Amino acid sequence: MTTSTLGTPPRGVLSRIVDRLSSGLVQAVLVLIGLFWLVPTLGLFVVSIREEAANNSTGWWTILTKPAELTFQNYSDLLATGFTASFWNTVFITVPSTILVIGIAAMAAYAFAWMEFPGRDVLFLVVVGLLVVPTQIALIPIAKLYGSAGIFGSIASVVLFHVAFGLPFAIFLLRNFFAGISRSLLEAARMDGAGEWKIFSTVVFPLAKPAVASLGIFQFLWVWNDLLVSLVFANTENQPMTKALQSQMRQFGTNVDILAPGAFLSLIIPLVLFFAFQRYFVQGMMAGSVK
Amino acid sequence: MTDRLDGPQGPRGGDDAARGPSSGPDDTQRPARSAGSPHGSDTTPSGGEPSKTSASSETTDGGGGGEGHPALADVRSDAPAAPVAEPELAAGAAAPAAEPAKVPAGASRLGPPPRMALWFLLPGALVLGVMVIYPIIYSIFRSLYDASGNTFVGAENYATIFSNPSTLTTIRNNLIWVAVAPALVTVIGLVFAVLTERIRWATAFKLVVFMPMAVSLMASGVIFRLVYEQAPDRGVANAVITSVTGIFGSGHGYPDARPRENDQSPVTAGQDGGVVAKQPAQPGQAVLLPLVGVKPDTLASASAAKAVQPGPGELAGTVWFDFTQGGGGAPNEVDGAEKALAGMTVEAVQDGTVKATATSEADGTFRFTGLAPGDYQVRLPQSNFEAAFGGLPWLGPTLITPAIIGAFIWVWAGFAMVLIAAGLAAIPRDALEAARIDGATEWQVFRKITVPLLSPVLLVVFVTMIINTLKVFDLVFVIAPGSVQPQANVIALEMWRVSFGGGSDQGLGSALAIFLLLLVLPFMVLNIRRFRRDNQ
Repeated sequence: MTTSTLGTPPRGVLSRIVDRLSSGLVQAVLVLIGLFWLVPTLGLFVVSIREEAANNSTGWWTILTKPAELTFQNYSDLLATGFTASFWNTVFITVPSTILVIGIAAMAAYAFAWMEFPGRDVLFLVVVGLLVVPTQIALIPIAKLYGSAGIFGSIASVVLFHVAFGLPFAIFLLRNFFAGISRSLLEAARMDGAGEWKIFSTVVFPLAKPAVASLGIFQFLWVWNDLLVSLVFANTENQPMTKALQSQMRQFGTNVDILAPGAFLSLIIPLVLFFAFQRYFVQGMMAGSVK
Repeated sequence: MTDRLDGPQGPRGGDDAARGPSSGPDDTQRPARSAGSPHGSDTTPSGGEPSKTSASSETTDGGGGGEGHPALADVRSDAPAAPVAEPELAAGAAAPAAEPAKVPAGASRLGPPPRMALWFLLPGALVLGVMVIYPIIYSIFRSLYDASGNTFVGAENYATIFSNPSTLTTIRNNLIWVAVAPALVTVIGLVFAVLTERIRWATAFKLVVFMPMAVSLMASGVIFRLVYEQAPDRGVANAVITSVTGIFGSGHGYPDARPRENDQSPVTAGQDGGVVAKQPAQPGQAVLLPLVGVKPDTLASASAAKAVQPGPGELAGTVWFDFTQGGGGAPNEVDGAEKALAGMTVEAVQDGTVKATATSEADGTFRFTGLAPGDYQVRLPQSNFEAAFGGLPWLGPTLITPAIIGAFIWVWAGFAMVLIAAGLAAIPRDALEAARIDGATEWQVFRKITVPLLSPVLLVVFVTMIINTLKVFDLVFVIAPGSVQPQANVIALEMWRVSFGGGSDQGLGSALAIFLLLLVLPFMVLNIRRFRRDNQ
């Protein structure tokens, strides 16, 4: 690091060399760290496309010298175990949860941001408080509730649970966004005699697209990646990928050739979404970092 | 670059950089900031240091260069400047287009009747009431009953948590987690954010480090099970360690090799763990040291053993794996196809002292030259039979928690980095420049200005990580092998285990869930207080 003091003449050659060197060093360190972050996932991918026998005897990095070992056999073996069904279960759980959370939360957020009613502030503080409630608290009571309602094990039961625990964050995020919308816009709409529902659905909600996108990607990733909730509530027939993989986990040593392609398949869609919408992802993260 | 990894791009680039006062209503940045700013006041509970809020307002309203300096001055003097800071923050935040987070106090505005709000709130209230609020209340009562749920046991379940060795382990582990992980993640995120600040390819780096956020903890767990495999030729963690330290490959250990246990064998186990020839030998003689028990795979590339003809005055011999694959071959004789044991240390001992040492060649032969005539005992010292470095047992009972914390850091460092980088970008440049002109070194600038100005963001990251470590479940569940889970166990996992996974004591399970809720309660209060301060 250079020390530039008051009145120092233009920086000399020496300090520029020091600058270059330290910047080179920083870059080298960052490359190394980047590798640290990249290599584990890369390893998973390579393991998933190597022959089982090769995985059992040597490390995945030996493909650098022996690329002939590559195969897609693991993937076709995995699909033969019924993994496709759990993929679709994941989709059927994730998509409705995301849509429902956005819809329900947007309505509540609109009320919190733009309507007057007694107890509004206290109620919203309750929502803020619920942000950090651990899901564990609801597992036993909800399991009992689902049992008596006769929906235990179904996809709907998993969706409902995700909706409930996604709502506090969703309401929080959207309400803060709605509150930032220009007031005169709403006043004008009300002056024109538009009903609340109309204002909500044609003025506020369309304006909130970036916030909805942030929320949507977050909720999607949470639900897609959840293990605990489906572990408790989804039965084998309705299990998503995470639970299907978890059930393979017990024999880890012997079925890496199933686990690795399964794990890799399960993370492709989140990764694609993440790269496509990372802007919204980061925005949502900043807005909701109290969670 | 504040709120995205790849900098301003695309049609809305300008808004995203959060520097233009012209940002329209479709800019999430504003609510984002207003959600972020209340955290500012939490570093000094009573003081309400304006650090981040002022810093962000500075960037938000773009032109106001004057406001950077008050912020700096406040931080430096460490004054509890709340009254001064508040109006300033308001002035800064209320940038042209919007009034973020200030719910319109609409006394004089057209508004729907309150019962209208009910319809908007109803779905959410219903779901939250039934699925979140009611379960909390139910759990409190349920935790006071026994496993069957029929007998009231008072606080007995809670007493069990603090007396049962297995639940005590979970509490201990959670303490380790909370003590280690949040601080590490925050510091690593800070270091990354600072290092990438002036690098041209920072975006690529950030994407790579941030990527694990999108990956399920389940998949992350599988990834790290692979990383932590113990055998250095399979698990990448130990492979890196061995190639860095060079332990692996320096010694040829044959941990399983042993003499054949019968009278015909010319060798027997020595007292010190090595192997000795039964008959003493003299220079000019050949010594045979046949061993068995070596795993054939480890010798796949070894060459065939050769019998040796000692030269005059030379004591020579062969160490080999006395087993012909596929049958055949006479015991204790060097048959053509049998594998040599290369790299063995061989000692010639006379009267208890080592007179000469040799190492077996690729064909298993060894020679002692220049020995004085006499009887020598030929032996293979114990060092030949020590295992080569087999890799650190990451998934073993002692290293499991640090190993899982490693995976946790891999997952969350990107989160910390991105939040802190946004905070860094919001620090007014002229504050730093002013300090530099005053003669501060880079380190002093970092310590005295950057870190204090960042402290609200650092606190947010730290608190978020504490909550995450308290709730950690998936990583432990997936990475720790079944046999090691009792040692790696944490409260959230134990709660699931006793109530669903194996156990069915929902009384204890409810008590554990309430315990977990109590642990996060301080942070719930913190959030509420932050939010209220922001909205007053």
